[in-house]
Amino acid sequence: MSSDVRFTDFKSDKQPTWCPGCGDFGTMNGMMKALAETGNDPDNTFVVAGIGCSGKIGTYMHSYALHGVHGRALPVGIGVKLANPNLEVMVAGGDGDGYSIGAGHFVHAVRRNVDMSYVVMDNRIYGLTKGQASPTSRQDFETSTTPEGPQMPPVNPLALALASGATFIAQSFSSDAQRHAEIIQKAVEHDGFGFVNTYSPCVTFNDVDTYDYFRDSIVDLDEEDHDPHDREAAKQKILEGDKEYMGVIYQDDDSVPWEKREGIDQDMSDIPDGAPEDAMDLVREFY
Amino acid sequence: MPEDLNWAIGGEAGDGIDSTGKIFAQALSRAGRHVFTSKDFASRIRGGYTAYKVRTSVDRVESVVDRLDILIALTERTIDENMDELHEGSVIIYDGERSTMQDVEVPDGMIGLSVPLQRLAEDAGGAIMANVVALGAACEVAQFPIENLDESLNKRFGDKGEAIVENNKEAARLGQQHVQEEYDHDFDYDIETTDEDYVLLNGDEAIGMGAIAAGCRFYSGYPITPATDVMEYMTGRVEQYGGKVVQAEDELSAINMALGAARAGARAMTATSGPGIDLMTETFGLVATTETPLVICDVMRSGPSTGMPTKQEQGDLNMTLYGGHGEIPRFVVAPTSVSECFWKTVEAFNYAEKYQTPVYLVSDLALAVTEQTFPPEVFDMDEVEIDRGKVVDEDEVDSWLDERGRFQAHFPSADGVSPRAFPGTTDGAHMTTGLEHDELGRRTEEEAVRLEQVEKRQRKVETAKEQEEWDYREFGDSEADTLVISWGSNEGAMREALGFLEERGHDVRFISVPYIFPRPDLSAEIEAADDVIVVECNATGQFADVIEHDVLERVQRVNKYNGVRFKADELATEIENTLTGADAGATEVEAE
Ligand SMILES: Cc1ncc(C[n+]2csc(CCOP(=O)(O)OP(=O)(O)O)c2C)c(N)n1
Ligand code: SF4
Repeated sequence: MSSDVRFTDFKSDKQPTWCPGCGDFGTMNGMMKALAETGNDPDNTFVVAGIGCSGKIGTYMHSYALHGVHGRALPVGIGVKLANPNLEVMVAGGDGDGYSIGAGHFVHAVRRNVDMSYVVMDNRIYGLTKGQASPTSRQDFETSTTPEGPQMPPVNPLALALASGATFIAQSFSSDAQRHAEIIQKAVEHDGFGFVNTYSPCVTFNDVDTYDYFRDSIVDLDEEDHDPHDREAAKQKILEGDKEYMGVIYQDDDSVPWEKREGIDQDMSDIPDGAPEDAMDLVREFY
Repeated sequence: MPEDLNWAIGGEAGDGIDSTGKIFAQALSRAGRHVFTSKDFASRIRGGYTAYKVRTSVDRVESVVDRLDILIALTERTIDENMDELHEGSVIIYDGERSTMQDVEVPDGMIGLSVPLQRLAEDAGGAIMANVVALGAACEVAQFPIENLDESLNKRFGDKGEAIVENNKEAARLGQQHVQEEYDHDFDYDIETTDEDYVLLNGDEAIGMGAIAAGCRFYSGYPITPATDVMEYMTGRVEQYGGKVVQAEDELSAINMALGAARAGARAMTATSGPGIDLMTETFGLVATTETPLVICDVMRSGPSTGMPTKQEQGDLNMTLYGGHGEIPRFVVAPTSVSECFWKTVEAFNYAEKYQTPVYLVSDLALAVTEQTFPPEVFDMDEVEIDRGKVVDEDEVDSWLDERGRFQAHFPSADGVSPRAFPGTTDGAHMTTGLEHDELGRRTEEEAVRLEQVEKRQRKVETAKEQEEWDYREFGDSEADTLVISWGSNEGAMREALGFLEERGHDVRFISVPYIFPRPDLSAEIEAADDVIVVECNATGQFADVIEHDVLERVQRVNKYNGVRFKADELATEIENTLTGADAGATEVEAE
């Protein structure tokens, strides 16, 4: 495709079934903008989505896409990227999808540092199953299955990423369209695993972590004079955990994607019609 | 003198049993003798009894037998463990100078050769070579020219340097001389060599080699006995062809990565054993419903749960045939011998891509750990054909676009197989999902579309049943009244059993089936026999159930799968139609 790709080219003709006002609209728009801004087009882009309201995103976008099973979108994305490093791979899912059932995969995807981006639409609730506690729900957040609140501290996704050796950690807010698209764009451009936790409010089931709450409490790192290349500063901000930061918190400019270090640079879809020419050597090894 | 020689080395895990056994097996193979190896091992790394057994003959050997002619016993327990197989005239080689072996009592009628393994090894340059001294001693007993060991010692120790190799050769010769000089016994064995040069490999290696030959470029897995050898074999080799082996964090990840790679257009595979198959089952349905070609290899071991990780069983057949919620079109292919592990892997990749389905490649521990000799031509790479199915490129993509220019990745074609566009193909962008979807891959719950897609996926199986040859291998007397059927690794033992049965006056027809689903129709064969026996390594007879089911014709079916439950009036009509033969099919809502 040509270079004049517009972000609407990434829109499918399916109308989203998200509740009116759901934060996921804004999150998705930012993802599409970032993809277009970084010179990608639907035919070289692969979007993998998890399960949840958030996971429906793959359906509403137009590109090569796979909507998988709950919590396992990251390994799919890794497989796609390794098999064809020329593709732009973006993975999306919810906080339940990514930090609960998929928490193990998250840690290992971060460690592996494959060149792709991962956007978690964090609404601090299970939306699709109609309002149960998620791993990022507050300790006292009352839901149908946790009438007294989960009674355990929420997962700090940024800390989890940092502890796992992340090379890019960012947080954004879906309703700040400009900044959100900008942050995701940086994640896409990052050479390695670009992780963005996006506050994407659920207007139906979460009356605590609302637009108003985020608008009031969010702190833009750009206004804080924060240097994202300073790991110590990033660590402090992440571990303090008392502020809702927005922006790139940590980025390692020296990051080399795993597949580059492993020398994977071929499109693996290209294979000969029969066994490789030197295949008899494989047999001879067994003499 | 018997035609075949049975040899074993046994001791504690960690004693280098495997590598010593392998050196001997390779030497025999290179000396033009057929070899069949087996292992007794426990699920622990150090300690615990373990043995490596080699059966060898000038003729092909297909199985193990209950007889041991030469035993290298590194521990006293080794003798006890093998008592049932030892016989009069069996030779037991042991190091009588070792404090733990001083009280060894060689059973009556057997020949005990006390060889100072450790001392001679030290003379050759290091106690670590004690096992090789024993190998040299065994060569003398079997009248197997010691030079035959040299090449396998090279292979085993080559990268440790010339000096180490030479020391090992010397160690073997010291062992040989010791027996020659100290024992003037005329042993019963005389290993003949031939001019043939065989290759020696196990089932896991054959699967890995088959995968590479078939163009597999992506392998992701999580280590588990007895499937790990597949991964270890492929590691470093796939990379030579531009591919990659990835050790994932678990089986859930392994199969999802392979799925991703397959969607990106790579021929991809994962291998595991029962517990891993359980975890992969979640994604198995996704693979099938997104119509992604994927080879999933299950090297079975004893279950359930972690069961007996190092023991043989064929207990996962039901799991591979029926595992997963909902209804999942799949192929299940089960190699019956080490060489078939190679060929069936090649086939599995072709089925996966031609029909865009997951293929279970089911092997078992006995195949996985058995090394067997073959003339190299058995793996004739020129015979390997690669069929990628309906892949469309930039030029062909147009003919699969709908009126609005959207690629129909799940087009309900007559044969059930849709076009496939690899990501990167211009105008081919499409989505695919584990949710029920329409021909564009978009989520739907519309009844008509649901029916269309269920039937489309089912239709691939029907197409494959018609287009491919789901044959079987036959041995014994094709006219016999007794029919024995087996699957998997039992073929070898059963082939040899035919000879014993014949000696005892039983004529048997033996059919070995490598295809579980789709599978050959054996009704005529079963009809023609008086007695039908199904042989398998499990308690309930899972394959027997399947075969029995195939010859039953009693039940008519009324099915509904559009997502809506039965309604009373509709049901009455359906049953009536079934009874009168008016519409013996499933309840369908016609697609508009
Ligand atoms: C294996 C499995 N378990 C449970 C579910 C049910 N389920 C669907 S979405 C979901 C939670 C989604 O929450 P989150 O990731 O926060 O996404 P949201 O809907 O809030 O966007 C669950 C538990 C499932 N689909 N699969
Ligand atoms: S339930 Fe919540 S998360 Fe789901 S669509 Fe509605 S607002 Fe969005």
